[in-house]
This record gives sequence, structure tokens and C-alpha cells, in this order.
Amino acid sequence: MTLELQKPRPIWQIMFSTHHTDVGLLYLISSLTFLFLGGSLALGIRAELFLPGSQIIADAMTFNRIFTVHGTTLIFLFIIPFASAVGNYYVPIMVRYKDMAYPKLNAIAFWMIPPAGVLIWLGFADFTWYATPPYSIISAPGPAADMWIFGLKILGISSVLGALNFVVTILKCKHPDMSIGQIPLMAWSFLSSSLIIMVAIPTFAAALLMLLTDRLGVSGFFNPAMGGDPISYAHLFWFTFHPEVYVLVIPAIGMMYEIIPRFSRKPIYSYSSGVFAFVMLSIVGFSSWAHHMYATGMSFTEKTVFMVGTLAAVPASAMHVFNFVATMWNARIRFSTPMMWAVGGIALFFSAGAGGVVNSAMPLDFTTHDTYWVVGHFHLFVMGTIAFGSIGYLYYMFPYVTGRMYNETLGKIHFILSFIGTVLVFFTQHVLGLYGMPRRIYDYPPIPEWIAMNQIASIGAMIIGISMAVFLANMIHSAGKGKFADTDDPFGLGGKYYYPFEAKNPSH
Amino acid sequence: MGNHSNWPEWIYVAVVIALMTWVGAEAWEAERLVEHVPADAETIIVTGQQWFWTFEHEDGTKEIGELHVEVGKAYKFEVMSKDVNHSFNIHDYVVLMDAIPGRVNTVWFAPDAVGEHDIQCREYCGLIHYNMRGTLYVTEPTT
Repeated sequence: MTLELQKPRPIWQIMFSTHHTDVGLLYLISSLTFLFLGGSLALGIRAELFLPGSQIIADAMTFNRIFTVHGTTLIFLFIIPFASAVGNYYVPIMVRYKDMAYPKLNAIAFWMIPPAGVLIWLGFADFTWYATPPYSIISAPGPAADMWIFGLKILGISSVLGALNFVVTILKCKHPDMSIGQIPLMAWSFLSSSLIIMVAIPTFAAALLMLLTDRLGVSGFFNPAMGGDPISYAHLFWFTFHPEVYVLVIPAIGMMYEIIPRFSRKPIYSYSSGVFAFVMLSIVGFSSWAHHMYATGMSFTEKTVFMVGTLAAVPASAMHVFNFVATMWNARIRFSTPMMWAVGGIALFFSAGAGGVVNSAMPLDFTTHDTYWVVGHFHLFVMGTIAFGSIGYLYYMFPYVTGRMYNETLGKIHFILSFIGTVLVFFTQHVLGLYGMPRRIYDYPPIPEWIAMNQIASIGAMIIGISMAVFLANMIHSAGKGKFADTDDPFGLGGKYYYPFEAKNPSH
Repeated sequence: MGNHSNWPEWIYVAVVIALMTWVGAEAWEAERLVEHVPADAETIIVTGQQWFWTFEHEDGTKEIGELHVEVGKAYKFEVMSKDVNHSFNIHDYVVLMDAIPGRVNTVWFAPDAVGEHDIQCREYCGLIHYNMRGTLYVTEPTT
């Protein structure tokens, strides 16, 4: 299988192409660009928090803007577009179709991302990625806030269009000889996450419009001074963004379903339980949104309902972990770089999930809510699970995209440093949360435990930063000057369990 | 895939479900007890605004940035906000309640030892959110 090994082309031929691998390449490059941009902001945050007092960031407003754009960038401009990149490359091939169902729509969905990214970065808003009213209505400075709202609006439309395309491609364009029970688990993961997007995103799209008109002063949906209720925004926001967590994590799990059986040289332990767990997650993902809001004054009954809804998602996630471990059991595993990332990702997925159970239990949430515990918890998902799965998959698809092999030693160094760094930063942040440090603070009092934990976390972040420099050098060098890959079996797995699809889609 | 049976996975899923049920039941029971406000609790009105806390005791005395309470008594906080969302937090006593304009949220606690504790804001509220702090002084009963 080769993914668009072509002669070098002028860049506009790729830019104006609607072919799925070209659009995939555009998604890939833009998402990685934003990974490095957003990651640099994280290094700034960690450097600032290394010691109490002002370090490298001049004032609190700049700091608030930095963590807002950091979160917005990595969620909306790295994770989601990266999944679209992988989906664009692989989903049509997995369902044996010549392209995405709507190639032009596909290109349009991609080309909405750069202007949205420009709006978010030029605006540099300060109201956190959650844009809480009434702060975002009465206090947040414009035009940054308005630019953020427009940027998110565009990104929302882009992901709905992308999701629509995946759903139609998978359900309607799959090869007639293939039943839905035969498409690979990664295609199932894109089907599940796309369906979640189509149900969840419109709610936030509506909330964003209301937020904008509230800011313009013509409405008061969320403005208490005009009779509105900020809590209704919280409900609308989390109704979209708790399921969105699954939108982010499900494709990464799907990527691990491609990597782990292949490098274990065994079939997946249970295909049907993988499908079942994906479908379960995309349904129960909608029953837990208000667990983000226990402390807003919810009644005991409401809290109980959302706690049960949250705990209900645990067995489905645990089934994926079981499936991976059972697949690796007694297998002749080859720990090439992609496999190391996938296995590391599962370990951190398990840790993140265990921490999540603590958050969902009502009395414990009042200890952890809005502290660094929560920061550590969701970063174990977004960095430890999703970025790990994604980066592993990037190494996996690298030879098929470029025709060349990345440097295996540098790939392993990248993994080892990243894993150590991730554990240092985010496990430490859990502890920091238990010591009571609130999130989103520019400065903190000189409490010895807080200083120690912050310093460990900052050192961990620098280790991740170094590993990412290794990654960048490896990718750029190997894409141009790497060894030519044996595209039939670039990882030397022996072929038997190797990639089952042999297809190359003609350019058009 | 294959034709092997899946029984280890179903046993595992059953164990996970049992664990989650236990966690849920324990949490439900603990939260039920925690939420029960004692009848003799004194009310303190807590008002958050950018970027400080104001406390109003039952007898009308007001404090800004500091709160004095007596050991052994129960206190009920009525938490509100004058501008944007805040979150009233005494981490050492696991007191956490959002201050939301237009709403009055309640939370209670009963200090059990003399001492000083930090009060902070745990919900992002803008420029000086990081320094929206105060101190809780738990003192011996005066009477």
C-alpha cells in the first residue's frame, strides 16, 4: 500500500487539489504546525510557573491570553485536524472507495481551518477555551474575544462538514462486497466520532451565536444583568464539549487499533467488542456533560444523575484497554517507534481514566475541581493518550506518505523523553491539585509544596520540549533525505499480518 | 476476530461495572451526608467580586479578605457574586462553591481546630484571578 507516492509537484497543485491524500497532507501539515505553536505556548506557561513571582511573562493579562490560545490551538487546530488528516488518508482506502464521498466539500472543510487559526492567533483572547459568561460578555476585551468566537464558529462548521463527509464515505461509499462488520476498527472510530460531532457541535454553534449577540449588547441570554443565566451557557457548552472529549479520544484509540495488532503480529483480540465499545462510548458520552458543573450549585439529584452517566462510560473505555492488552498477550511484539507510542498511550489512557473516576465521584470532585488535578487529568488524555496515539500513527504512516523511513533511534528517543516528560508534568499536576493550587493562575503564593511540584512539572515540560525538537528534526530530515522505505513492509514485520488493503487511489 | 470465546473480557467488564457501582454508591452516601446542613449553622453571606471576597456575618459585621470564625460551630455560606463567576474555596476544609451572579449557592463547614487557612478563588475571573485570596482565621469561642 502506498499513499500518494508521486513525483514532486508544485505546491499549488497540492493546495488546490481535492484528492483525499492531498487534503490529508494539508491537514497533516497545518495540524503539526499548530502542535508546535501551541506547544511553545505551554513551555512559556511552565517557565512562568517555575517560581512564584513574575518570570518571563510580563503581566497577568498576557499569561491569561497565552493559556487561552494554548488550549484553543491544541484542541481545535491540532487534535481535530490531525484526526482528519489520518481519516483522509486512510478511511477511503479502508472502505475501498476512490476518494472521500464529497471531495470538494472535503477541501472546503480544510480551507476553513487556516483563516480560523489566523483569527484565533491574531486576536489572542483571554477568556479561557471555555469562554465563561458573564466574564466573556462584560469583561473580556475585544476584538480578541470576538475574533475567537468567529474562529471557533468557522472551526465548528469545518468539523461538521468533515464529519458529514466521513459518515457518508463510510456508510454509503464502502465497497459493496464489504459489510459494515468488516470495515477496520479505525474506520469504526471515525464513524463514531463523526456521528458525535454532528449531534454535539450544533449546540455549541448556537451558544457561540448567543454569546456574540450578548457581547454586542443586543441580547442577554447569559448576562445576569439582562435577566440571563450564565449556567445555561455552561450546559450548552458542556453538552457539546463533553462528547467532544470522545470525539478527540476515539480516533486516537482507532489509530492504536491499527498499530497494536500489526506490531503484535496477531489479529485483534475481539473486533466485536471494539465496535461495541466505540458505539457505547458515543452514546454514553452524551449522558455526562454536567459532571463539569457539580460546584455550580446543582441539586443532589442532578449531581447523582450525571455521576452515574459518567461512571457508565468507564466500562466501555476499559474494554478498549482489555482488547489491547489481550492482543499483546503472548504475542511476538516488535517495539518499533509506532508501537512504543501506542503502548505508552494505553498506559496513560488507563491512568487518565482512573483519575477521571475520582473526579466523577461527587464528594471528591469538590477537592479536585478547578485545581491543577483537573489540568493533569485532561492533559493525560489530550497529551498522554491522544497525542501519543496520533504521533505513533504519524510514525506509522510516515513511510507510506513520504516513501522514506524516519530515523528509528531518534523516534525512540522522542518517545522515551516524551513519556518521561509527560509523566513528570501531568502526574505532578495531579498532586499539585491535591495541595489546592487553582488552575489558570499567573502567580502563586510561595507555599513550599507548590513550588516543588511546579518545578518538577516545569522540568518535565522542558523534557517534552526537547523531545519535540528531536521529532521535528527527524521528520524534516527523513522526509527529504531518509532511507527509502520498503513500502510493502517498512517495519520488517514479516508481512503475514501486514496491511490488508492494497490500494492506491488515482489522482483526479 | 476469530472464533475464540470472549469470556475473560465479560468477566473483566463485570468486575469494572461492580467497581464503578461501588464507587458510585460510596460517593452517593458521602455526598448525602456532606450536603446535610446542620440546623444551628450560622449564616455567612459570601460575595465575590473582581477581585476580592466580602463576608457578612449574621450580626451584620462585614469583613473583606479575612474571615473570622469560631472553632466548634457550624457555618453556612451563602455564596453570590457581583460581577462575573468566581468560586469560593477553602481547600483545607474542602469548601468549594461557585459564586454566580444572579444565584445564591450554599455550602457549609464546621472548623474543628484553631488555625489559619487560605481562601482563594478557583474559577477564572480575569486579570487578578491569581491573587483573589483571603485568610480564614479559626479562633477559640469567645463565650
